[in-house]
Amino acid sequence: MPMRVPTMNPPPDQARQSPRAHRTPRRPPIPISRLPGIWLNHHLQGAMSTLGRLSRTPLPTLMTVFMIGIALALPGALYVLTRNLERLGDGWERTAAISLFLKAEVDVEKADALVRRLTGRPELESINLISPEQALEELRAETGFAEAVEQLETNPLPYVLALRPVQSLGDVASLEGLREFLAALPETDLVRMDTLWVRRFQGMVQLGERAVLVLASALALGVLLVIGNTIRLEIENRRQEIVIMETVGATHAFIRRPFLYVGAWYGLLGGFTAWVLISLARFLLQGPVSSLAALYRADFALVGLGPTALAILLGGSTALGLIGSWISVSRHLAAIKPG
Amino acid sequence: MIRFDQVSKRYAESGEVLSNLSLEIAAGEMVFLTGHSGAGKSTLLKLIGCLERPSRGQLMVDGRNIGRLPRRKIPYHRRQVGMIFQDHRLLTDRTVFDNVALPLVVAGLGHQDVARRVRAALNQVGLLEKERAHPVALSGGEQQRVGIARAIVGRPPLLLADEPTGNLDPRLSREIMGLFGRFNQVGVTLVIASHDLALIATLPYRTLTLDRGRLVADAHARTYHEPAA
Repeated sequence: MPMRVPTMNPPPDQARQSPRAHRTPRRPPIPISRLPGIWLNHHLQGAMSTLGRLSRTPLPTLMTVFMIGIALALPGALYVLTRNLERLGDGWERTAAISLFLKAEVDVEKADALVRRLTGRPELESINLISPEQALEELRAETGFAEAVEQLETNPLPYVLALRPVQSLGDVASLEGLREFLAALPETDLVRMDTLWVRRFQGMVQLGERAVLVLASALALGVLLVIGNTIRLEIENRRQEIVIMETVGATHAFIRRPFLYVGAWYGLLGGFTAWVLISLARFLLQGPVSSLAALYRADFALVGLGPTALAILLGGSTALGLIGSWISVSRHLAAIKPG
Repeated sequence: MIRFDQVSKRYAESGEVLSNLSLEIAAGEMVFLTGHSGAGKSTLLKLIGCLERPSRGQLMVDGRNIGRLPRRKIPYHRRQVGMIFQDHRLLTDRTVFDNVALPLVVAGLGHQDVARRVRAALNQVGLLEKERAHPVALSGGEQQRVGIARAIVGRPPLLLADEPTGNLDPRLSREIMGLFGRFNQVGVTLVIASHDLALIATLPYRTLTLDRGRLVADAHARTYHEPAA
């Protein structure tokens, strides 16, 4: 194909398009007012074109996204588990109490006197006196006991004080102290404490929450490495392109930007995958949990991540992607020089 | 436009590639750079484009001190210098249009400006109708012209070409040189490294000859008629 013959005096239109004459002053700088537009334009282009780039290699992208998703789903699922156990524990806490069985010889006056003595103790939230008649009535109402109760000639049941310790009395040692105090009362026959094992259970849930943090930190590091390595390979694959872009005057920020977008996309998509996996597990477990709860005559529905935790998951995973790619890009881009 | 003042460039692996080089190229000049391979032609061009920094001495390009140019200003310097390579350095997964548009995209120009200027540049190298093609579908001469279009699309006042005709037959080489001559006529400064002495001898331009990193001949256009030995 023939090329145009060079001409001494190009037509005016062509002269405008041709490389600038040396006498022309330096091109005026881009006005400040246009800079935000340029900046935004770069970012929109970057975000969309990197997403397009990722979708052109669906299999490797999906593999990376799933790897991140599974890594994030593990602490996420453990968090959901502790959240549900905590809810279960809260339900028990409301009914949990100390039952103080008084000796058989304690009559109504002595029981009332004891109630008055205990009222005002700071560790007790409420005191409820249950008379032997009330207790017998409750027992009769229970299935299977009605006939047995009918057989009784006298009421064998003692006065019982249903005590509820204050919420702030959280630790096992002070509860134990309270139990010893109650056991030492002359009227006391037996102290039965439901609260203790509930508190122990809560302690375990708290341990679980700590485990979520530890696991999440370890797996977050894993996600950083996965994304960092993916970005490193991406940089290697695009080495030639990077060299050419540097040669034609691309700034480091311009070259770095698409890689940061790729990292952020990986993080966000991975976080979303984790959410889908957790929701799927919850959906699969909901049926069995409901039937199990029904056996205990309880109405218990599994809760999911919740909006705050979901926001933290997605925001955190995006941030991880960004940080991972930032580290990788800073390390590996510096090693590429044009020339 | 370009002033080398006792410039040396030393690499850790290959030692001193340029030694105590002093020369001046005025704005609007078109200069050939010849010498054996390894004489330092490419290094000299890389220094001008700030792909490399001088080890010693002072190099001024268009009023900028290359040795002291802050890192963040290097990209803006490169936008003022169009570079053309023997191996074209085109992106094979992008169209001719996208390849030529790269310097403008990098500089953050809007779509309309980019399209207008890319077509103008492609028109100048006679490849307007190939804008949708991929570089691999083009001949060597056409690929080189795509590289030239990319170098001029930002309308830089200075063009550097490293063996631009190295892989082309004599006829295509002459066409490329003719194209450069036309850019020079509208005021662009050009520095062209080439060992095609036969071709250079027929052209009326100043020729600098390098030998093992030293300037051994500086033959000015009007007084120069014979090829350097």
